[in-house]
Amino acid sequence: MSENAQALLNVNNIEVIYDHVILVLKGVSLEVPEGGIVALLGANGAGKTTTLKAVSNLLGAERGDVTKGSIEYAGERVDKLSPNDLVRRGVIQVMEGRHCFEHLTVEENLLTGAYTRTDGRSGIASSLELVYTYFPRLKERRNSQAGYVSGGEQQMTAIGRALMSKPRMMLLDEPSMGLAPQLVEEIFEIVKALNDKEKVSILLAEQNTNMALRYARYGYILENGRVVMDGDAKTLSENEDVKEFYLGLSSAGRKSYRDVKHYKRRKRWLA
Amino acid sequence: MDVLYAVFIAPFVDMATAPIFFAEVIIGGLIAGVMYSLVALGFVLIFKASGVFNFAQGVLALFAGLTLVGLMEFMGQTSTQQLPWYLIALAIIGTAAVMVALAFAIERIVLRPLVNQEQIILFMSTIGLALFLEGFGDVLWGSDVKALDIGIPDASFEWGGILLNQFDLVAAATAAVLVAVLAVFFQKTRVGRALRAVADDHQAALSVGIPLKSIWVIVWSVAGIVAMVAGIMWGAKSGVQFSLSLIALKALPVLILGGFTSVPGAIVGGLIIGVGEKIAEIYWGPLIGGAIENWFAYMLAMVFLLFRPQGLFGEKIIERV
Repeated sequence: MSENAQALLNVNNIEVIYDHVILVLKGVSLEVPEGGIVALLGANGAGKTTTLKAVSNLLGAERGDVTKGSIEYAGERVDKLSPNDLVRRGVIQVMEGRHCFEHLTVEENLLTGAYTRTDGRSGIASSLELVYTYFPRLKERRNSQAGYVSGGEQQMTAIGRALMSKPRMMLLDEPSMGLAPQLVEEIFEIVKALNDKEKVSILLAEQNTNMALRYARYGYILENGRVVMDGDAKTLSENEDVKEFYLGLSSAGRKSYRDVKHYKRRKRWLA
Repeated sequence: MDVLYAVFIAPFVDMATAPIFFAEVIIGGLIAGVMYSLVALGFVLIFKASGVFNFAQGVLALFAGLTLVGLMEFMGQTSTQQLPWYLIALAIIGTAAVMVALAFAIERIVLRPLVNQEQIILFMSTIGLALFLEGFGDVLWGSDVKALDIGIPDASFEWGGILLNQFDLVAAATAAVLVAVLAVFFQKTRVGRALRAVADDHQAALSVGIPLKSIWVIVWSVAGIVAMVAGIMWGAKSGVQFSLSLIALKALPVLILGGFTSVPGAIVGGLIIGVGEKIAEIYWGPLIGGAIENWFAYMLAMVFLLFRPQGLFGEKIIERV
């Protein structure tokens, strides 16, 4: 995708080290075009969350540090900015595991998302209405404590809260985690609608490869802190190896455990 | 039989036969309670915004008291010469400024390097802060007991047969105003909401763009000013001295009773403890030789810990399964 010069987000060969010793990302590069949905796929510990946190700069609070490479957003180096600066510039992360403010009501949660807004009460009120049109369920539960609403509603609250900052780019970390398949579908549909109508570019980290590739236009596969494969969503989902390792499909039907060795060997992109 | 009568009947007979004295006891309790509430309030503020029990709250009150006395002496206050009201006001504003500056310093030197550490570590750092401020206050202003006179007359008057004290009433009114302002601030304002958000989840607060640094400065400034008000009220009553920092201990049962996270809880808890210990002392104290006042609050706190650990108004610990 490097031919696309208009990338909104450009992550260039970054290396991330936690606690000065633990090397987590070993040179990750990726691009998100304006208005795109890009999926970041991979197993547990592949470095998806770390990549997103490197972009949103939440790493600092976890003693992580981008030691090499650069991150550019809208043509500006952003790897030394605070999360607050980034939210002001339109980059916001929806963290894995929802992270709602449990003792605040759903509506108060949404309002905290507008903390960095400077366009006054009426602008915030209209954003709130916008969130409620995307998530009508939140309007019903607006006065409930966020700690007591269902997991799906919490995920909606978290996404709605991010939307309240009027983002240009949303970093979604595993929105499907712990949700029923039907709800996952619902959430992805809304994410797609946000992308279409609100022109929010999306970088999506997911383990649910099947879902992510259905909605994304482009995908990167991370393994052990490196990008091992990237391509159009369609190309990726038709790739034999992706099918086998991430989608659980294979031309030969279900595998037996006897074939595990063979299976490992075929993972040809492993560094 | 005599014992049962003395415990369960006689005190109530006494209350009913001398209602004016009973009212005085209750008012005395309420006024002591307001003082407890003021100290507890400072704890609640910091606990709400950072989940840290601020061991230094009592010392903040002492430090504010010392600073105020120091400034007033600097402006020419002596034991015989009373300052005009505008200079006293100026000294109070100056003390408030010192407390805000202190908040900035605490954020920069203590809290910022400890972001994302265990809460117990932050708690330990507040113990360190308490020790430092104690010594620093002594070095700066000296360690002798100082009288603090801010010009509110300590006169008593009678109202409907009940003896009231003007200074106590002013203290109670000040506390009431402070509490009302804080309640509105926390519930209704953008910054107040952000403070509550930070208390719930640091990381998520960061992720939506709430800058933790400025939030901490705000919350420590507010706690510092609440400590100042408490320091002035206590200091004017019993002199500014080291024991002022020990009123923090009395705030503990108040917090357990009212709930660590609740501003109204701190107030009601303080009032209950103030009234409770006065009544217990006067009506039940003689039965076991008195001095109930000193431990009554702690016993009440223990009962609460057993049956309602989140306190009367505290937030329930939400746990999803």
